[in-house]
Order: sequence, then C-alpha cells, then structure tokens
Amino acid sequence: MAYKIVKDNCTGCSACEPECPNEAISESKDGLFIIDPAKCTECIGHHDQPQCVAVCPIEETCVIDDNYPRYQAA
Amino acid sequence: MQTEQHQSGADGAENHAGANVDEIMQKVAEHKGCGTSGGSGKASCGSGAGENDLPTEIWEKVKNHPCYSEEAHHHYARMHVAVAPACNIQCNYCNRKYDCANESRPGVVSEKLTPEQAAKKVLAVASTIPQMTVLGIAGPGDPLANPEKTFKTFELVAKYAPDIKLCVSTNGLTLPDHVERLSKYNIDHVTITINMVDPEVGAKIYPWVYYNKKRYHGVEAAKILTDRQLQGLEMLTERGILSKINSVMIPGINDEHLVEVNKAVKSRGAFLHNIMPLISAPEHGTVFGLTGQRGPTAQELKALQDNCEGEMNMMRHCRQCRADAVGLLGEDRSAEFTTDKVMEMEVSYDLEARKAYQEAVEKERQAVVDAKKAELAGLAGEHSDIKMLIAVATKGSGKVNEHFGHAKEFQVYELSTSGAKFVGHRRVDLYCQGGYGEEDSLATIIRAINDCHAVFVAKIGGCPKNDLKAAGIDPVDQYAGEFIEQSAIAYFKDYLDKVKSGEIQHVERGDAQIRQGALTAAEAA
Ligand code: SF4
Ligand code: SF4
Ligand code: SF4
Repeated sequence: MAYKIVKDNCTGCSACEPECPNEAISESKDGLFIIDPAKCTECIGHHDQPQCVAVCPIEETCVIDDNYPRYQAA
Repeated sequence: MQTEQHQSGADGAENHAGANVDEIMQKVAEHKGCGTSGGSGKASCGSGAGENDLPTEIWEKVKNHPCYSEEAHHHYARMHVAVAPACNIQCNYCNRKYDCANESRPGVVSEKLTPEQAAKKVLAVASTIPQMTVLGIAGPGDPLANPEKTFKTFELVAKYAPDIKLCVSTNGLTLPDHVERLSKYNIDHVTITINMVDPEVGAKIYPWVYYNKKRYHGVEAAKILTDRQLQGLEMLTERGILSKINSVMIPGINDEHLVEVNKAVKSRGAFLHNIMPLISAPEHGTVFGLTGQRGPTAQELKALQDNCEGEMNMMRHCRQCRADAVGLLGEDRSAEFTTDKVMEMEVSYDLEARKAYQEAVEKERQAVVDAKKAELAGLAGEHSDIKMLIAVATKGSGKVNEHFGHAKEFQVYELSTSGAKFVGHRRVDLYCQGGYGEEDSLATIIRAINDCHAVFVAKIGGCPKNDLKAAGIDPVDQYAGEFIEQSAIAYFKDYLDKVKSGEIQHVERGDAQIRQGALTAAEAA
C-alpha cells in the first residue's frame, strides 16, 4: 500500500532508493524513481516516518496513493 | 567538550594514518599562527602560501593542489565527477530541482555518472591534461550521502591512476560515520561546508536535515548538523587528514557569525577557510533567491576575509565550480569530456609521461616565484599607506596573457609596499556571452572590477580602453606575456613614484559587484 512518486516533481536524485526498508523503490528507464506499491509498507513497523518522504528534497513528491488501502502492519 | 570526547579516538587513528601524523598535525597547528606573527603588513600565508611559508610535510601534501594554494592553481588542474546526486539536508541557497546553487550553476543539471564512467572519465582527462592532479567529488548532492558511489569511484581511481590526489566535499552530516573509510582511501583532504555553529543561525539557513531515519526541522535540525560537522572535523584532525572549511556568506544571516565559525573550526584543526559569496539570483528558484536575500558585494566579502585572516589561512580563489568541472584556469574543457565522448576514448594512462610533464610545470612555476622575488627586492625600504587593487586577465601559468575581451574572469591583486597579494577573482563570462565589444557587457565588466585602479591585459581594443579610462580604471597592456606579480609590483613602484612626484593623485575606488553564478567548467583552483 502505498506511497507513490509524483513523476513531474522527481529529480532522479536517488536519495530515496537506498532508504526504503522494503526495496520498493527503483530507477525507471527515464532516470526517475518509482515505487512498487506491492512492496511498499509505508515503512510501518520499520520507521516512524516514511523514509522516501523524509529524505526527498522536493516537497509533495512522495505522496500517498489513494488507490490502495492503508497498509496494516501484520 | 567535544574535543575531550574525541581525544580518546586518537590512538586508534594512528593505526590508519601512520606514526608521523601527530607531528604533521602539530605543524599544522603551529603554522596557523603565522598570520598574526607576521605583523599586519604580511598577514597572508594562506592563499599565497609558498614553499617558505609552510612546513615541508604539509607543503608536500598541498603543493600540486590547485584548491589549496592560489599559486598552485595557475599551474595545476582539478576535475570534479558528478557521481553523487542524493543529499540529506536542505539548504535555502540550493534548489534541488537543478544543482546545488553554490557549487554548481543552477539550471544546468550536471551530467551524472556511474562510478565506472567516472573512473574512465578521470583517466581520459588525466591522459589529455597532464597538469590534472586532483579529483574531487563534490556532489551535486552530498558525496557522503552517497557513500557507495563515492568510495567506489575513489577505489577505481586509486587503482588505475595512483598519482591523482583525491578529495571530497561534504555537508558533514554523515561525516563521523565515514572518517575511518576516508582515512583508508588515502583521501588527501576533505572540504566541509560549515555555515554556522549556532543552531539559531542555522535554522535560518537549513529548513531540515534527514538524520537517523527521521526528518528534523528548524533549530533541532541545525543543532544536529553543527554537532556532527564539528565532531567530523575533530575526527579528521585526529587522523591527520587535512580539512578545508567552506562557508557561504549570507549578509544579515551569518556574515558576522562567520568570524565565530572561523574560530570554532580553527580550534578544531581546520587547515584552510574558504568564505564564498552567496549566489541567489531569483531565477535560480532557491528559497533565498525567492525571498530576495542578497549576496555580499566584493568589498563586504573581502572585509570579512581580511577580518578572519589573522586567525587562520584564508582561501580566496575558490570558483564555486560545478560538480562536473574539468580543467585548468581559463580553460573550459568539459565539452571535450562528455560521457559519450569519454566512453569512446582509448585511454592510455602514462604515469611517467605525467611525471615528466609535471616536472616541467614545476620549473615554470619556480620561474614565476623567482621573478616575483627579484622585483620585490626593488620595493624594499619603501613605505606607504597606499593600497590598491588591480584586475588581471590571465589564462594561467601566472602570466598576463589574456585579451581583455576574451577574459572569463579577472584575477584581483592587492598592491602595497609589502608586495602583490592575490585577493580574489571576478567572473565576467556570462556578461560576454553575446560576443564582446557590446556596450552592455562592457558596463557589466566595469561593475565587476570597479574597485580596481587598473586592469592588466595582453591586448585591448580602443573602445573599451577609453571607456575604462573614463570609469577611472587604467587599462595596462605593457606587461603582455609577463609574470603577473612581477609586473604588478613594477607597476606599483611606478605608481608610487608618480604619486610622490605629484604627477598623479591617489584616490580610493568604490565597491564592485559579484556576478551571480558558479563557474561552468573552466579553471583550476
Ligand atoms: S528522493 Fe525524491 S527527487 Fe530524489 S529520486 Fe527519490 S523521489 Fe525523486
Ligand atoms: S513509504 Fe517506506 S516502504 Fe514505502 S516506498 Fe517509501 S520508503 Fe519504501
Ligand atoms: S575552486 Fe572549485 S575545485 Fe577548488 S575548492 Fe572551490 S569549488 Fe572546489
């Protein structure tokens, strides 16, 4: 469930990629980054803050994707 | 208090850096006193430092390093590779949608490289430009927020080009975590950007930091940052790694505070302090750009640098280069080394040839030093309160060898009876982009060197000559092809004579404007 990356805002800086505890973030062909919603757990159970949101230098770039239900920690 | 905490680490450090580290650091510490002991007339031992001013061990470390010595940067080149795009703090002078505004020209995204591409580029550049002695990784983000990419690059370069000195620039947030590794890779020096030691000041510069898996804001964020920066600096000092401090001068925010920063970093063993002007044009889209925060004028910057100089070495020749800069002073060679071109190049890295070339460079360099000494002898015994600035058009080798209209920047020297001292440079390249000879660009060049009494050039056309004269700046082309400092001293002697004889009257000049933007890819420094 999930966070998503707003494509128009992403600079491709790669700061988010290594911080994700679930390896949900990867580089796409255009050099920007994307989140695999199936892997994203909103960092629940790992960290207090969603890591992609905390590290991304551009505001409103890593945002909640409402198309998915909220993640429930097991 | 932090000093005490970290002293216990000093024993461990010796294993890494060798036994004579203490000795070297001792010498660094002793050396720093030279500014004050030399009397007010010859306070500079930093940017103009030469063989005689520095302990041999330190001189050996820095003599071919364009970023350490103003004199060396006429003769040696450095390059940056942009392997590190991620960052872990936000600065109000940076717009991450582009590049870091103070190390890179905003609006032009540096070409990002993988460590393998970067290493190949280093080999290609070093085989083409034998004066290239230094590889720096300076972003466009924080190289230590990208430790894997940064260290992988260093590892590859150390393996294939062992004579190249390595250095890294960092905001310092994760520095304490990486000091061990830095000492293993034989990193020559580390640059830490420190803009404050007071979190209240820091809160006005840094909106947030990302630390220990959390984003912190305001004073809390700035406190974490300053603690980590100073801790990192102390750890480097303990291990005998030289540290240079970069500070961005932000009028009204940290300008006065930087004197305190200077003391704090000096007491922790920093070797050189580089105070840079804020770059904040509105079109860069940085917070400071948008809020109308201005940068300092040339004289404000110089006054602060002069003020700190009694305390420690000041660096005055930093060009705030882009994260992918390549080349020697006055050259812009990045276009020759785009990723596409580099990947196709056949590279043969010839250590011996590089060594031979650099030996020739050393000879040339010695000639500059000798010429200056000889001319200086003629000033001995002269005493005058007159001080003046001159601007010089040069493309390197310490000579007056650039056409006025082709100059991308002017080097500024302060002349007094104690000699010619480098005090900074004034960029004018963007002014000239539309071709020179245009009235507009001339007016902006004059604004950039308006605090100078004269401009030394290899050649100059009639029109700009008259305009310069009208603005009160003496256009001087009689020293074409000659050594800068020697010529400057000769000019000054002449000037003093004319003042004494009443032929001319000495008048003070006004202030000058610092151009907004970082250097694309030219020059050494
Ligand atoms: S941190 Fe933000 S800007 Fe950088 S790659 Fe990730 S989503 Fe894009
Ligand atoms: S919220 Fe956490 S788990 Fe989800 S993509 Fe961001 S870093 Fe990964
Ligand atoms: S002059 Fe350029 S290369 Fe040298 S320290 Fe400044 S930014 Fe780095």
